[in-house]
Amino acid sequence: MSATTLTTRDATPPPVHYLNHDKSLKSWLLTLDHKRIGLMYLVTVATAFMVAGVLAMLVRYELINPGMDIMTAETYNKVFSMHGIMMVFLFIIPSIPAVMGNFVLPMHLGAKDVAFPRLNLASYYIFVAGGLLVVGALIVGNVDAGWTFYTPYSSRSSDSVLFMTMAVFVAGFSSILTGLNFIVTVHKMRAPGLTWNRLPLFVWGIYATSIVQVLATPVIGITMVLLFFERLLGIGIFDPALGGDPVLFQHFFWFYSHPAVYIMILPAFGIISELIAVFSRHPIHGYRFVALSSVAIAFLGFLVWGHHMFVSGQSAISAVIFSLITYLIGIPTGVKMFNWVATMYRGSIWLQTPMLYALSFLFLFAIGGFTGIALGVLALDVHLHDTYFVVGHFHYVMMGGTVIAALGGLHYWWPKITGKMYNEMLGKIAAALIFVGFNITFFTQLVLGTQGMPRRYYDYLPRFETMHEVSTYGSWILGAGLFIVLFYLLASLFRGRTASSNPWGAATLEWTHATSPPDPHNFHQTPIVSRGPYDFHLLSEEFGDGHATQEIADTRETQPG
Amino acid sequence: MASSSSPAHADSHPAHLQHHFVSSEQQFDAAKMGMWLFLVTEILLFAGMFVAYTVYRVWYPEVFVQSSTLLNPWLGGLNTLVLLGSSFTVALSIHFIQNDNRKGLIINLALTMAAAIAFLVVKYFEYTHKFHLGVFPGEHYSYSEVAGPYVAQFFSIYYIMTGIHGLHVIIGIGLFIWLTVRATKGHFSSAWYTPVELVGLYWHIVDIIWIFLFPLLYLI
Ligand code: HEM
Ligand SMILES: [Cu+2]
Repeated sequence: MSATTLTTRDATPPPVHYLNHDKSLKSWLLTLDHKRIGLMYLVTVATAFMVAGVLAMLVRYELINPGMDIMTAETYNKVFSMHGIMMVFLFIIPSIPAVMGNFVLPMHLGAKDVAFPRLNLASYYIFVAGGLLVVGALIVGNVDAGWTFYTPYSSRSSDSVLFMTMAVFVAGFSSILTGLNFIVTVHKMRAPGLTWNRLPLFVWGIYATSIVQVLATPVIGITMVLLFFERLLGIGIFDPALGGDPVLFQHFFWFYSHPAVYIMILPAFGIISELIAVFSRHPIHGYRFVALSSVAIAFLGFLVWGHHMFVSGQSAISAVIFSLITYLIGIPTGVKMFNWVATMYRGSIWLQTPMLYALSFLFLFAIGGFTGIALGVLALDVHLHDTYFVVGHFHYVMMGGTVIAALGGLHYWWPKITGKMYNEMLGKIAAALIFVGFNITFFTQLVLGTQGMPRRYYDYLPRFETMHEVSTYGSWILGAGLFIVLFYLLASLFRGRTASSNPWGAATLEWTHATSPPDPHNFHQTPIVSRGPYDFHLLSEEFGDGHATQEIADTRETQPG
Repeated sequence: MASSSSPAHADSHPAHLQHHFVSSEQQFDAAKMGMWLFLVTEILLFAGMFVAYTVYRVWYPEVFVQSSTLLNPWLGGLNTLVLLGSSFTVALSIHFIQNDNRKGLIINLALTMAAAIAFLVVKYFEYTHKFHLGVFPGEHYSYSEVAGPYVAQFFSIYYIMTGIHGLHVIIGIGLFIWLTVRATKGHFSSAWYTPVELVGLYWHIVDIIWIFLFPLLYLI
């Protein structure tokens, strides 16, 4: 019925694939293959995540009791600053786009590669350079202004700000180039028959993200340049003692950093759409709304930066306007949530590990979103600003949203990336631990915030002690869960069962037209697309009776792997 | 890599066509779109500085008017003409290679490069003259003839904006050298001249940004 050809379906891995066709170190470091570049990003950002995660555990441990436990106040400031900077600029912003986007996006499009493979490799090394600058700042010492670098403190406190601003600038440049590459790839590299209406929702998520990357990141770039010269030459743009205006810095910073939260979350939306469709075996309800709401969120995200500055002395009228537009963002986001739930309602749910993460996401992101709306309410924000409520809010969104979705995506694509199945049983246990640990850690922080515990404090009143203690215990459960994930994913590389080309019975091209792991050029033949990404019933028609269901039955029988 | 050849891959294709593109047309469209997007980010980068300029100008209009008298509009005007001329020669270079006139291409690339260098020379004299007077950015400002609160802000903005613009000119010179070398090696023809076209676009943006900087800093 269609011109598509099915590549191998049997369980023996293809003899030559992108991982083994050339094993030299040079072939990795200079590779132009988007899949290998994605893997190099995976290793790099996972390292950043682990380092920043250990710092988080130290912060949490310090706060288990009032007073000093393991570090001085000065060290505490550095540790939490480093945690925030690494998590935001070296982990969460590049995480899904650079790892999964690189690996999956061209395959979702039926392309051999991204539009500019060399630029892609360059983005990677630019990113690494940014990471090294962060290390440089660490060596110079005294990184203690938090990840927001508010002036004039940041421009006066230490020399490390010189490194840090360069680091953010350089990492931002990498982010711009990645986004640019993806936009062009989506526009120009789609396989024949792959219309915009047939794009997987992950592609839509990455596409919307890329728009934000390209349009917002230059602003943080120039802000960092100005901050750099503020420190170096005292140019007096932001420092009131020199006639500058610190609130201008906040405007610049948040004009990027609010949209940046959508760089963090829109790709996560994309992954969740894939997971919910595949593991409910049902096309996404309201495909078009889900697709276009990402773009709508991307654009609205540019108009709300002022909600970070309600208490900075901006005029009442602008505060009201920012508050109003902030509420508006809830609409497209709500549309997505309802469509995901409706998809599950109509589908038949298969509770594999990736789906557990998708369900966790729905729950945690809902809390993140509602607390965001609460913070968008002017009167409430005056009370909650710079308290642990904000800390709880953004962790529910960034960790409960993005990180959980990234984990779901990592599990989902793991068989494709490595050709191996991980241990499903351990996968489920870890997902449960992460969910429970996460809520214990961060729900307590929401409560602490409403009680008046300020953020970024080294010490606190005795009445907050119990809650802090509980939060710290929660972080241990969370950490244990993440550690188990690391363990069994690595173990699967050596002992994992060989993955078939389509273990989940998904209908997107990377599963239906490529082996696991894929050929160096992704597809043996350029796919010709004649159906949507979630037309599961057409899938079995296309590939012969019971294709998908048979694959799934195979996977089910042999569980746990 | 032996097993990776596929029907889609085995067709003979021109040397400039990278293997992951289907046609030269697709490759050219992609490159051009990429360049346009990149130029958008360049404009946004400058937009941050224009916002800073606008904010301080709105707050301290008299200071800005007074400070700008220290800049020499004749030198600024000369540089404007130089850059406009170079935009013309770069356009000519594209025109010539479209007609397979390699000599015309090389001559015009060289002319553009000369203009870019002339621009920097003028800028050099402007800068050094001001340094000589003590007109530095921010807290290092020490010129007593034109002084007062926020004068230093004007020059901070002036140096940052023109400095970053100048950096773009230097990058442009590097790109023109690269193009000239490739052109003399005969890499370009009417069938393929994408790098020339893309660098041309870049250079137009560098020109346009100056067209905004000149009146804002020197004239008003
Ligand atoms: C989509 C993913 C989101 C992420 C990643 C995110 C992240 C963050 C972060 C990191 C902060 C703290 C900023 C700081 O360090 O000062 C924050 C604060 C805030 N967020 Fe979100 N957020 C998201 C969504 C939302 C939504 C949907 C809303 C409202 C509808 C919202 C409203 C706010 C407000 C009003 C604040 C300021 C709180 C204050 O400082 O008083 N956010 N968010
Ligand atoms: Cu925000």
